[in-house]
Amino acid sequence: MTKLRFSRKQLCIPYALFLILFVIAPLIVIVYYAFTDGQGNFSFSNFTNFFTSTNTLGTLLYSFGLAAVTTIVCLAIAYPTAYILARSNFKKKYVLLMLFVLPMWINFTLRITALKEILSLLEGNISKYPFLNSVIGMTYDFLPFMLLPLYTSLQKMDKSLLEAASDLGANKVTVFLQVTLPLSVPGIISGMTMVLLPSMTNYVVLDMLYNSDYIMGSLIGSYFSAYDWHNGSMISLVLLVIIFFVTLVTNRFSDKDASARGGVL
Amino acid sequence: MKKVLALLPLAACLALPLVGCAEGEKTVTLRVSSWEEYIDLGGWDEAIDLESGDITGVNSMVDDFTEWFNDNHDYSVKVEYSTFGTNEDLYNRLSLGDTYDLVCPSDYMIMKLLAEGRLEKFSNGFLEGGEYSQNVSPYIADIFDSYGWTEYAACYMWGTSGFVYNPDLLVNQDDVSSCEILLNHDYNRSVTIKDNVRDAYFAALSIINRDRLTAGLSSEQLSAYLNDTDSATIALAEDVLKNIKDNVYSFETDSGKADMVTGKVTANYQWSGDAVYILDEADADEVELWYSVPEECSNLWFDGWVKLKDGIDGDVKRDEAAEAFVNFLAKSENAIRNMYYIGYTSAIATDTVFEYMDWNYGAETDDTLDYDLSYFFGDGYVLSADACNFDGANRGRQLFAQYPPSNVIERSVIMLDFGDRLSEINRMWINVRCPDLKDFNPAVWAIAGIAVGASGTGICLYVFRHKLFGRCRRKKGYEKV
Repeated sequence: MTKLRFSRKQLCIPYALFLILFVIAPLIVIVYYAFTDGQGNFSFSNFTNFFTSTNTLGTLLYSFGLAAVTTIVCLAIAYPTAYILARSNFKKKYVLLMLFVLPMWINFTLRITALKEILSLLEGNISKYPFLNSVIGMTYDFLPFMLLPLYTSLQKMDKSLLEAASDLGANKVTVFLQVTLPLSVPGIISGMTMVLLPSMTNYVVLDMLYNSDYIMGSLIGSYFSAYDWHNGSMISLVLLVIIFFVTLVTNRFSDKDASARGGVL
Repeated sequence: MKKVLALLPLAACLALPLVGCAEGEKTVTLRVSSWEEYIDLGGWDEAIDLESGDITGVNSMVDDFTEWFNDNHDYSVKVEYSTFGTNEDLYNRLSLGDTYDLVCPSDYMIMKLLAEGRLEKFSNGFLEGGEYSQNVSPYIADIFDSYGWTEYAACYMWGTSGFVYNPDLLVNQDDVSSCEILLNHDYNRSVTIKDNVRDAYFAALSIINRDRLTAGLSSEQLSAYLNDTDSATIALAEDVLKNIKDNVYSFETDSGKADMVTGKVTANYQWSGDAVYILDEADADEVELWYSVPEECSNLWFDGWVKLKDGIDGDVKRDEAAEAFVNFLAKSENAIRNMYYIGYTSAIATDTVFEYMDWNYGAETDDTLDYDLSYFFGDGYVLSADACNFDGANRGRQLFAQYPPSNVIERSVIMLDFGDRLSEINRMWINVRCPDLKDFNPAVWAIAGIAVGASGTGICLYVFRHKLFGRCRRKKGYEKV
């Protein structure tokens, strides 16, 4: 009896199947719906619908603004935290890190409901500050996604580089600006992608914090609830293209940096 | 050997349907889909002690049905009960290929499904001798007849739309008698409306046509005004809804109930069934809330059981089980159990249901008011209720919300399916909800410009940092070595 043996190619089959079923096929469906009208004819009308309406473009801009502010706030909070955690010789720092990640394990609607009550206590009528509240909610939700990549990239950094820089006469500020910051760029990039892109579509936070403005996610949802798969798919496609370009640019960014690092080292 | 091994899973796959078949001989699977929290789930700690006998919910309604059915038929039934969140959600699921035998959508969705030919007719036995056809209120039966739904749909729950409000927080009690409260600056950011284009559009039409609606129109004229989907009307509604959006607390998805109890919100545009639920919840927290039906008009709505052709698929036993399920829910005690559990109003009008109303809302004080329910239960059914639970003709507490008086019924209108006007109305709704590029504050543009400029410069500086600062310094160093 021969032994069961799998070549590398065969081991790829499950992954390839997954890819075809859950990535490629849905994409084809989205593209099909995006470029057809209700009768199944090829049409660009969904495309023009999106790019000629000041409302949908306004939503795109609003979502992007909301996501950008969220990302900046997350970065501003997470970077110092990750830096301190990674540099400290605390025995308990894993506990501290855990405290930041712990909220991720608690159901998200529960957390936002709690946040809603806290904000009501602080602000009174919270529906008067929809943008601010949405940023706070998103930040609360996505902070761990920014913190973890930053922490990992700062943690795995070779400490001897920092010592070398100090030995060569760099002061603390110079060490940070010339060594730490450039080396943590991949962490910053991956954190930013993980926060920026989901926060453009996470409309549940807005719903729960009484922001009546639509962002991209709710816009897609509103088309689907009017049984309009075509316009909804087009907007998903627009988002996909935006995400694609953002990833392309950021990947270049971090690749370049990695190769530069390789060259210097 | 290898081949045999490879065949094993295949053989297993082939055997599966056979097992299914063997079981299918005796058991019918009934796939039912209804609204969330829309049926008695049992586990009560209280009994309804009517004179005609106690009613309690120990097990869930679905379990009780299964037990009753299996005891009385020579084959057994298994109910797969699932829930949906909105009518559109249900419709999309059906379009995507989910099959159900029995579903409970609202009036306009029944119309849509009926127009698309997806509904199966009820059998003659059901229409003539079934518990539903015997117990249903003549008022409901007439309406279903006039719209041609009788053969296809069995009404489950029904009601009106109006405002749940906190009288203590109102500036003037009459403010809540009109949909214009949604635009009233006295209640800036303290009234809510459902995040639902149909309810919002209805409220907007009530405001636009306020003068005409309150002038005493016939019900046909009322219906025409409130089902107006003309482009000009949609444009008017868009302006009204934009103003509403700027004035309301939010377009709430599911937070309205809790926010009423906590006092965040003064008034909340709701369906009567949810209103009863909210009032009950608030009573438990010792907050007294009321329900008001706007004087312009109210949206009369029905949720009804319909059989789907796709699901029944000509299966006689399944068809019988589906009708048995509807008839089981139409038994007086089961209708009462569901009403007690979910707070909505059943379409069933029997003496026992009236007795339950008396048990629930009968007068406890000396100051009584004769509450006329004859339009629903039949001549002579007048409930003696506490007068303190009513405030004028348009406002009241649970009983008023559960069974609106006939003056409210007279100005209630069924909101029909938008049909092919839906896409235009949805576009209007998107225009209301989406921030318009043209309305952006110049300050926002300035900040955005500065932010883009700053991040662009930052990125450029970072990318070319070696060229700009580093390179020259480093070259110097190399040369020295």
